[in-house]
Amino acid sequence: MAAPVRGMAGSISIGNTTSFQKKTRSKLVSIPGTRPSVQNGQLLVSSGYNSLEEDRYDSYSRMLLKYFLAEGVVCGHELFLASARDHPDQIMQELPSPIVDDVAGMKISEGQSQPSDPENPDTMKIAWRYQNQPKVQIALASSVRFGHYYDVSKTMEPELRQAAKCHSFYQLQETPCQATLQSKVRNVLRLGLHSLGSVLWGDDVCCKDNPAHCHALTTFLYILRGLLRTSLSVAMVTVPSHLIQNRAVMGRIIRLSDTAIALESFKGSEKETNPLYKDYHGLLHVRQLPRLNCLSCEVPDTKDLAFKLKRKQFTIERSRSAQWSASFC
Amino acid sequence: MFPELNSILNSTPDSFKSSDFILVSDRRADASFLIHHHLSFYLRAGCKVCFLGLVQSFSHYSAVSQRLGVSLAQAREKGQLVFFEGLKNSIGVILQEDTSQETQPLSYLRTPGAGLEGLFRFVERSVRQSGDGYAGESWGPPVLLIDDLSVLLSLGVSVGAILDFTLYCQAAVCSELQGNVVILVRCEEEDADDDEEGSNLLQRGLVHQCNLALHVEGLPTGYCRDIHGQMEVWWRQGEETIYNQRKIFHFKVHDKGASFFARGTSSAVL
Repeated sequence: MAAPVRGMAGSISIGNTTSFQKKTRSKLVSIPGTRPSVQNGQLLVSSGYNSLEEDRYDSYSRMLLKYFLAEGVVCGHELFLASARDHPDQIMQELPSPIVDDVAGMKISEGQSQPSDPENPDTMKIAWRYQNQPKVQIALASSVRFGHYYDVSKTMEPELRQAAKCHSFYQLQETPCQATLQSKVRNVLRLGLHSLGSVLWGDDVCCKDNPAHCHALTTFLYILRGLLRTSLSVAMVTVPSHLIQNRAVMGRIIRLSDTAIALESFKGSEKETNPLYKDYHGLLHVRQLPRLNCLSCEVPDTKDLAFKLKRKQFTIERSRSAQWSASFC
Repeated sequence: MFPELNSILNSTPDSFKSSDFILVSDRRADASFLIHHHLSFYLRAGCKVCFLGLVQSFSHYSAVSQRLGVSLAQAREKGQLVFFEGLKNSIGVILQEDTSQETQPLSYLRTPGAGLEGLFRFVERSVRQSGDGYAGESWGPPVLLIDDLSVLLSLGVSVGAILDFTLYCQAAVCSELQGNVVILVRCEEEDADDDEEGSNLLQRGLVHQCNLALHVEGLPTGYCRDIHGQMEVWWRQGEETIYNQRKIFHFKVHDKGASFFARGTSSAVL
């Protein structure tokens, strides 16, 4: 799709897990790949992106979606993937390969500035885990592996991928894949919804300034929010925000999510040649942070973040402009 | 509840204005902490509270209220609190085509064009319930709290229908029963494209209805870690004031409350 002057942008809305709370001290639910937040008792899942081989025709938000799904495979969670453009099987085949490392200690970061850091919900990892250093660092809980690393230049082994229980929905299929989402074993369900709001879903949100049924998408997100709140699941939704002209609708989509992140790629925009941004591929805007079961959430030092895609890794850093302004204070 | 906010608004659980219609709004910020304040405030005051929780689960409010020293579960059990869980009940309506009496408040989900009469009837029933609670306790004046009203726009309900609903609520709760109403509305940016039928229009309509408005925004100078935003308090002229009053405060939200200070007096600055 041709990108407008602003450059290709994708927004990600992440609905968080429901507010599962421990009933008694002894009944700690133990689901692989999750851990309770000490801050508010909420169950957390790792996003898969830990601090994103670039497919040139892809968008960065699709890459983060693949991280999210890959993490689900590695943690043994159930997956549900819905897509209107690319077949879900194709997206699954592109999942990045996890870096298997026997020495878990190598991955543990040091020098956390705040003692409460390990308890940050994983979705906030994307936002500001940089702390006072330029690179994103992740702290792992000592006993439970929470969060993994991936090599984007390789795809996940089919055996590993096929071991995961994955349900999919492809808009262009005549009969959607019927799947029962109930399981005897308590597990987390990760939902990935790709490019919601695009024309391919049959919605006119992207086509018009005043779409006739603009509330169809927002009603869907509202009901999805309800489903997430009443189940052990988490959803990552990507929205082609550069196609949605109506800013009020974008605002509503953001408020219906718990976490909202906007990726602004420099491709095709004037920022591509701006020397301030020469080391980056785009900016990452944190539009909204979750405040679930608590009055305030961890607040980052700055919201000026930029990302770059290296051969094997997707990195997020404080952008140079943030570093410059900090040095003048 | 937040003690500093009580002194700004000159009210305490033992002494507060009745028949008050309070509008809480935000733009590019999150004013829901003020809803938590009012919820714990009125429960402590012994009022009968009807809470329409349209965007978060009961356990979310319960967890926060616990930190503010109030137990929602107990209040609900005693009959002091009627809690409407919008998210949870919506699933029943949409997925199971449940048309029973209990889902009447959510009739707007299936037919958004039909208005909010079902929801109003629910509110009316809840606030008019007799005060026979736990061990024959009777509660103070009723209070209606809504978090958040603007989500109804996302569900296809028109601004006009929502304003009708709030007028009916004001008539029933404030005028007739001398109770209070506190409503949260989340607004778009001022120049958002389509706001002929949007949250800004809704907010403007409610500003005319209310006698106290608390509006929360981010700092005009940009994001700051130590000051989370500014809150504008607007009092409509009444018996005590001969003219409208307006004051702006900065605030910071903590784990167990919020602090408010005059502009430029944050500890980060001084």
